[in-house]
Amino acid sequence: MAAKIRQPGWYRALAFSILGVLVCLGLSTGLRAAFALDPVYDGESVLQISLLMVPLFFLGGIGCFDYWLRWASGRTVVDDHKDHGAKSWRDYFKVNTDHKVIGIQYICVSFFFMFVGGLMAMLVRAELAAPGRQFVDPNTYNGIFSIHATLLIFLFVIPVFAGIANYVLPLMIGAPDMAFPRLNALSFWMLPVAGTMMLLSFLAPGGSFAAGWTAYAPLSVDAPIGQSFFTIAVQFAGASSIATALNFLVTIITMRAPGMTFFRMPLLVWANFSTSLLVVIATPFIAASQFMVILDRALGFNFFNPAGGGDVLMYQHVFWFYSHPAVYIMMLPGFGIISEVLATRARKPVFGYRMMAFSLLAIVLLGFTVWAHHMFVSGMSDWIRIPMMITTAIIAIPTGIKIFSWIATLWRGVLKMDTPMLWATGFIAMFTLGGISGVMLAMVPLDIHVSDTYFIVAHIHYVLFGGSLFTIFAGIYFWFPKMTGRMFNERLGKIHFWLTFVFFNLTFAPMHLIGVQGMPRRVSDYADQFATWNLLISISSFILGISSLIFLYNVIVSWRSGPKAGANPWNSLTIEWQVSSPPPIFNFDSIPSVVGGPYEYGVPGAVHAVFDEAKAEPVAVAAGASTGAGAEEAD
Amino acid sequence: MTGQSHRGAVTAKNWIALLAIIVVASALGITFMLALNWFPAQASDAAPKIDAFWDVLIIVSVPIFVAVTAMMLFSIWRWRQRPGEEDLDGPPIHGSTKLEVIWTIVPTIIIAALTTYAAILLVDIQSAPAKGTRVVNVNGVQFAWGFETQTPSGPVKTSKLYLPLNEPVKFNVRSKDVIHDFWVPAFRLKVDAVPGITTTYNLTPTKLGTFDVVCAELCGLGHAYMRQTVTVLTPERYTAMMAELAKAAGATAPAAGADLGKQSTVRPNKEIVKGSSKGIMPTNYSSSTTKAQIAAAVKYIDQSVHGKG
Repeated sequence: MAAKIRQPGWYRALAFSILGVLVCLGLSTGLRAAFALDPVYDGESVLQISLLMVPLFFLGGIGCFDYWLRWASGRTVVDDHKDHGAKSWRDYFKVNTDHKVIGIQYICVSFFFMFVGGLMAMLVRAELAAPGRQFVDPNTYNGIFSIHATLLIFLFVIPVFAGIANYVLPLMIGAPDMAFPRLNALSFWMLPVAGTMMLLSFLAPGGSFAAGWTAYAPLSVDAPIGQSFFTIAVQFAGASSIATALNFLVTIITMRAPGMTFFRMPLLVWANFSTSLLVVIATPFIAASQFMVILDRALGFNFFNPAGGGDVLMYQHVFWFYSHPAVYIMMLPGFGIISEVLATRARKPVFGYRMMAFSLLAIVLLGFTVWAHHMFVSGMSDWIRIPMMITTAIIAIPTGIKIFSWIATLWRGVLKMDTPMLWATGFIAMFTLGGISGVMLAMVPLDIHVSDTYFIVAHIHYVLFGGSLFTIFAGIYFWFPKMTGRMFNERLGKIHFWLTFVFFNLTFAPMHLIGVQGMPRRVSDYADQFATWNLLISISSFILGISSLIFLYNVIVSWRSGPKAGANPWNSLTIEWQVSSPPPIFNFDSIPSVVGGPYEYGVPGAVHAVFDEAKAEPVAVAAGASTGAGAEEAD
Repeated sequence: MTGQSHRGAVTAKNWIALLAIIVVASALGITFMLALNWFPAQASDAAPKIDAFWDVLIIVSVPIFVAVTAMMLFSIWRWRQRPGEEDLDGPPIHGSTKLEVIWTIVPTIIIAALTTYAAILLVDIQSAPAKGTRVVNVNGVQFAWGFETQTPSGPVKTSKLYLPLNEPVKFNVRSKDVIHDFWVPAFRLKVDAVPGITTTYNLTPTKLGTFDVVCAELCGLGHAYMRQTVTVLTPERYTAMMAELAKAAGATAPAAGADLGKQSTVRPNKEIVKGSSKGIMPTNYSSSTTKAQIAAAVKYIDQSVHGKG
């Protein structure tokens, strides 16, 4: 037992966590006694400090800091790679430095929180099935939809993309791992900490946090202690995001295989490069907003208290300066996935490759100029609205370029309409709808009427569910053979798509209508005139929820006993498909050399990368797919 | 490439058929979307203008969605992989500068036109009110709206909003606790009530009747129940009503307010305001607080809702 506690792992994590609580108890009571505060023991104070500190003790116990602390304290460190790669399922529950293991850890933990968050959505819809009170009191209701949104944004969409990229991206650029494998492990382990903290808030005195995922001050400042679970969990999720983004940036910039110029990178790599820029620049702003809330809450700093000289609107400006770019953080990686799937399954190069890359960068830049479109009715200075409306509408242009280029990629291809392709094409249709309602919302006079209504709820679900989640499913099905070495059940995949597609639309399309008619969002009760639509929406949403169980069943059964997948079941050109499924422990037995663009489908004899150095020279294919003249060059 | 017929060039006939499908489907889509009963009653001068703008947005949006979907479905129908084509690749087309320029410029023009329309409309509906416009103070508090109107016989505080028909009104919107949002769907008006600042909105009611006033910004556990009404009256009835209310306010309002406030705090389930429901408020205040505390709280709430006046 003593030996187990000395070794990094769950026993030591538990012991350290208990130690952490005791340290916080000591700190709180010690300081309160020193300042002669009465009472000396204050449960909320201990809880507040524990939320900040115990996760660090847990991370230390599980083993995230061992190597660095040994090195820092001058002891010998051995780079024996003993924490690299998984030999049994147990290794997935340990701190591991292999990007493929971390990728799977990310994806599984994210999907766990997707199912929990989805369950919350079912509870929300059960309560809204009829006017009046059905199952839960208003405070619990506000908590349920707050945790639904928070989990699905911070613990699902953002990290699952980081998980997919973690697995695929180093393979795609021909790297043996991420640039900072130990930082990568730490990034992952902060996630379950953040998610668990959010869920534990249900047990907090006064109930869970219930101010929505936006947690506007002063509502969040005055709320019971449950709000602190949100405020601090977001810090851990944010730190995880920033560390991963830095890791991706350094990996992409410094670890590309010989010959992999920027314009020979697959678009998934471009997409994650762009996303990481957004994360590194924007995420500190949500950290700041939540630090200010916690200082207001715990120590009375009055950042957002007008009576103390604070400014209520400042919270929204700082919050949205992150949270608007965050919608692109939740979308750009999906754009990358769609480009990979479409090119491979339509057997054609991505149309206008360079414009596809540049439009990603344009979205990064423009994404920082539009945040106040969330505040058209907030009472901010009137003049800001028209410029913000214009910048917001302009984002439709690079986004439109992507949609049109995808359609042109399909045009004259040889389209294999299998599961990944169904999700990808379904995404294009749904995301176009979400984009159109987004342009409508940018128009200030209309936004004045529909902001904070179910029209917004419809819009965000069209972009985050019909958009992001469809791309996530496309990506999971597409790389499932690579990650597990087995094929999923195609028939179940198709049933999953069609059920989701139909009931997604039946659930969210009517929300546009009841929003414009006058139903506000975030309400546990509504006027009787909306009853019929809400009942239809609730019934559809339950079937939508059940359809995700088909996915769960398919993934679990196929992972255990699906037919073996070869190295390259999709006959793709990109590098991750040129190694075995799953790939060797250090990815490549010899470093690949990149000799052409990633999507040279239809070019006779074209290859993207070669593994034998000797063969690297002769195959000369158009370097990167160029616009316009590309077709001639390729011939 | 192989010689299968479906892999041949897109003929002029194909293009005409595709175009026809897009035009017909767009026309049907626009008709359907415009036929839907989207908006609540039009009860302010801004409402018909915003609704007309919505129609324009629908007319522009539907063809875009139809065109994208139709091109995609056409591709899937025409070029899906048939048996025997498992090893076939598409033609290596990398792009077309001409097409890319077109699909950058056309959306830019559409966006420029829509934002110009929206900007002009915004300036129009929010233009400064005429001098001497009636001012109504709107005070948001967890979880009710209080309205305060200046009348010749003194200020009138009400929990229902009354407005005269066809007379411009300016709302000064405030909050004492958290952010609320003053929304009258029938007016197409919405503005946050923000602690520390006063937000304003101008409009002219144009339809007689009673409409919903809704809180549209999450403000706590009673948010869903923060629903009241606005009644638009003829100017004559409005003046008479205000005079009556001003007279009544002087005599009985504070006492009744205090009693109701105390009862609502101590025995919240005894009398339920319409639109609310039982069991929302805790019932243990009589045991957990002193009488003096309850009295102070009731006084505070009363002042918050009705202003210090």
